[in-house]
Amino acid sequence: MLKIITCIKQVPASSQVEVDPKTGVLIRDGNNVKMNPYDLYALEASFKVKEMKEDVSVHAITMGPPSASSVLNEALYMGADDASLITDRRFAGADVLATSYTLSQLIRHIKDYDIIFCGKQTTDGDTAQVGPEIAEFLGIPHVPYIKKIVEVKEDSIVVISGYDLYDEKIEVKFPCLITVEKDSYVPRLPSFRRKETFKTYQIPMISLKHLEDQDPEHYGLSGSPTQVEEIFPPNKKMESKLLEGTSKDLSKAMFDILKESKYV
Amino acid sequence: MAYIKVNQDKVTKDIADQLIDICPFNAFEYQDAYLSINASCRICKMCVKKGPEGVCELIDNPKPKIDKSLYNGIVVFVEQHQNVAHPVSFELIGKAKELAKKSKEEVYALVVGDDVAHIAEEALSYGVDKVFVYEDQSFKDFNVELYTNVVEAFFKKYKNNVFLYGGTPMGRSFAPKVAARLKTGLTADCTMLDMTEGKDLLQIRPAFGGNIMAKIHTPNDRPQMATIRYKMFDKPEKIKPFGEIVYEKVDDISKNTTINILDHYPKPKVDDISDAEVIIAVGRAFKKQKDLDLIEPLRKKLNAEIACTRPLIENGWFDAKKQIGLSGRTVKPKLIINLGISGAVQYIEGMKDSELIISVNKDKHNKLFDISHYAIVGDIYEVLPELNKMVDQILEAKR
Repeated sequence: MLKIITCIKQVPASSQVEVDPKTGVLIRDGNNVKMNPYDLYALEASFKVKEMKEDVSVHAITMGPPSASSVLNEALYMGADDASLITDRRFAGADVLATSYTLSQLIRHIKDYDIIFCGKQTTDGDTAQVGPEIAEFLGIPHVPYIKKIVEVKEDSIVVISGYDLYDEKIEVKFPCLITVEKDSYVPRLPSFRRKETFKTYQIPMISLKHLEDQDPEHYGLSGSPTQVEEIFPPNKKMESKLLEGTSKDLSKAMFDILKESKYV
Repeated sequence: MAYIKVNQDKVTKDIADQLIDICPFNAFEYQDAYLSINASCRICKMCVKKGPEGVCELIDNPKPKIDKSLYNGIVVFVEQHQNVAHPVSFELIGKAKELAKKSKEEVYALVVGDDVAHIAEEALSYGVDKVFVYEDQSFKDFNVELYTNVVEAFFKKYKNNVFLYGGTPMGRSFAPKVAARLKTGLTADCTMLDMTEGKDLLQIRPAFGGNIMAKIHTPNDRPQMATIRYKMFDKPEKIKPFGEIVYEKVDDISKNTTINILDHYPKPKVDDISDAEVIIAVGRAFKKQKDLDLIEPLRKKLNAEIACTRPLIENGWFDAKKQIGLSGRTVKPKLIINLGISGAVQYIEGMKDSELIISVNKDKHNKLFDISHYAIVGDIYEVLPELNKMVDQILEAKR
């Protein structure tokens, strides 16, 4: 049996966050959350492997507060066979390194896997680093930004990976981690029938006490080498000339600017 | 272990509500007169700093401090593909030299590949103190496993303070693997870097989708690492080289890999907006694709590249390579004309360093105006036709 683990994340539905310039407090727009859009492609790539080969299982995992299990339900309704949530207050304040380490510990706890799929990045963190760091903590190779799965063999997978100047056809042996480029495959919608099937499914909650490494110093803020020293609004100060008037005046003004700077 | 402690004896319903309001991550739960913090907490310390005094407290057992004086030198990883260096690496050398002046350190370039002496020479000409070269046939193509082994060996030998990588697809895949190998921090896509005299690297990047900047540091781990997007910093002038090239031994570096690169397909050369000198960027104010014809006379006259915002990519009007912004390209042209763009922060981060910024928008209060040298309050559907008339006259006159 070919075993796939797919990492997903719950993110804020909107990235409209601002800093109150007086108090320095973050102002967040509502409490709405959704599945990280890039993870939909990771899930879809997992389901593609299922279509390409017999006897494949997909296990969706996430880290977050208990309420984050809603993205796992979504994954189950889309096509995942199992799901696990890793949650613990002691994971609070984790940066990329500590987050990746925690997820790698969860994956070690699940034990059996051939391929791990991750989205390319998240919309809230935007780092694209967690996938490669999980792979390193598991001591397995990773292939980034895949656009296409060419072939799934007995002990390896052949994919097309997209870099800026070139695409690369690459074969990697199991176990491996793959991050999936957006628009690689069209993500399917959750199915009502699957929702019925998973009605009684209880998502297992994993916490620090289940993990191989139970030293709290390796998790959360304590396990994070980077720390946010300060947050501040983007710098907006600069010399700006505001021009108003009729369209004729404005186009004339614009023409003059271009002329003055020798573009026309 | 670090955590936020809530002093329950000071908690009232009122105080709980205040704290629930302050927390950007909805981590507080108030039930049965008990205020608890759930796993959503990111220890941003907002509740400690901005909340009612003495209610929330950061508990942190200090770890043994590392000796920072043992780590020296700012290393720029020089990215190469088919034996051509990526220009972002030289931009980073320029920045590294600025940083090194503050911390009084040396600047090194790290070159990995096969037959890359010319890249080492090139790096030297930008004024680094030393170029370290790891050459081997198996390093010819970028292989994330082997290259990680090289950086690991290099760091173990020289104990460097800082590593900088280009925020290219390659750098963004490779640097995190190195970070996990060396168990250190890595800040992605920094837009600014600064250095303290104590050799602490300040890494500044947009956070929370880009509307906020975060200043990040690595207080007690080395090396300090960051990736930086192409065109964030200026490429330095070439100078008379004064440094030296050091060829490192590669025999002891493991070349085992389960990755097999089967083929490369160069992407067809498209008009790349990231190298354009003049750009006309269009946004959502264009109602129909046909209306883009309005910019044609100006485009011809300025010999400009056309670029766009994310919504127009989503409309299918342009190829994704034409998108400016954090999820698209970063551009730094001599002139950019923004037409009907309201300026999401992601967009602004992708073009804010352009030399001359002219923006036309109906809405006087759009964010792009704040960073524009000329902010023209007008409707593109009215201003452009008038402007085209003037441009046409010039084109006519020349004929």
